[in-house]
Amino acid sequence: MFGRQFFIDPSRCIGCESCVNACAECDNHRGESMIHLDFIDRRETTATVPFVCMHCDDPTCAQVCPADAIKKTDDGIVQSSLKPRCIACSNCVLACPFGIPKVMVRQEQMMKCDMCYDRTSVGKKPMCATVCPSQALAYVSLEEITRGRREKPTNVFYFGKQKVTTKVSMMIPRALDAVSVDVVDYMWEDKA
Amino acid sequence: MKLWRDEFSIETAHERYVARRQFGKFLVLTSFGMFVGNVWILVKSWFRRDEVFPRTLVGRASEIPKGGVKLFTYPGPQHPCLLFHTQSDRFVAYSQKCTHLSCAVIPAADGKRIECPCHHGFFSIEDGRVLQGPPPRPLPRILLERQGDELWAFGVDQGGNPSVDSRVQG
Repeated sequence: MFGRQFFIDPSRCIGCESCVNACAECDNHRGESMIHLDFIDRRETTATVPFVCMHCDDPTCAQVCPADAIKKTDDGIVQSSLKPRCIACSNCVLACPFGIPKVMVRQEQMMKCDMCYDRTSVGKKPMCATVCPSQALAYVSLEEITRGRREKPTNVFYFGKQKVTTKVSMMIPRALDAVSVDVVDYMWEDKA
Repeated sequence: MKLWRDEFSIETAHERYVARRQFGKFLVLTSFGMFVGNVWILVKSWFRRDEVFPRTLVGRASEIPKGGVKLFTYPGPQHPCLLFHTQSDRFVAYSQKCTHLSCAVIPAADGKRIECPCHHGFFSIEDGRVLQGPPPRPLPRILLERQGDELWAFGVDQGGNPSVDSRVQG
């Protein structure tokens, strides 16, 4: 979109929550942030990862929606659920491999990051990328990100056997080709 | 891609909206189809003939003691029926197919009722009417005629009308 892409670099996140609060400022969902700022292991480290919607090419949330409420627009942005259709069943919340959708219980609707569609569709940066002081959330061109960074971007993720390709990219070590997550590995962490 | 996914596409660009005219066409065509179907049913009902039942010997009065039951098939081998010699000394017979979901009915332990074990429906042994449970209609009754010791079936009364076979009185 306008030659720029969204990049997430977890290694740069300092956990300042600027993105979280900037997101909550939006009039579309005032007071509710669509950013997930995840603490990786809160007892051991202060490291955090900011997660915006990855905008999958084949969005699992929309695939599992029984009400046909989640739509992907031509520019590849997976939108929040359509208010007249959403039944707040939480199927998308359970299905999303990245854990992005949120069900707003009070308004009985799922809402998620739509990459500030009101802003990006007219060429502006998403709010979180605008405020991020360390540019862990960056909305720049591909040349710009590859020039200035040690990591390389990828948009291929493996969750067990499910391959997910996304619009938003994640900055990973140069040695890797894709992010591979097997949930079962983490379930048996204590035994290892 | 599955047909339903094609109809309910995830992508906004592939969403197809049904126009008013298209919906109108659908309504008119389906109504027309329904009308033709009804005419067909009507025409068929004009040419329908009453079912002809065979006359079959189903048992002998002497072989069934009072309170006894005999299993037989009528009108065809696919239609199991129960023949009862009731406590009031009458011979009655009913189709074994429960009118609820076609389970096989059995004589209840008390000897006064017919029980469907599937959903605990109970029918009266005297006239086949529903006493209890989900069955919507009485059991179809097999019309019997007694000639000396022989019991002959000559028809099936789907309505379970109790006045029909008064001649079978013991």
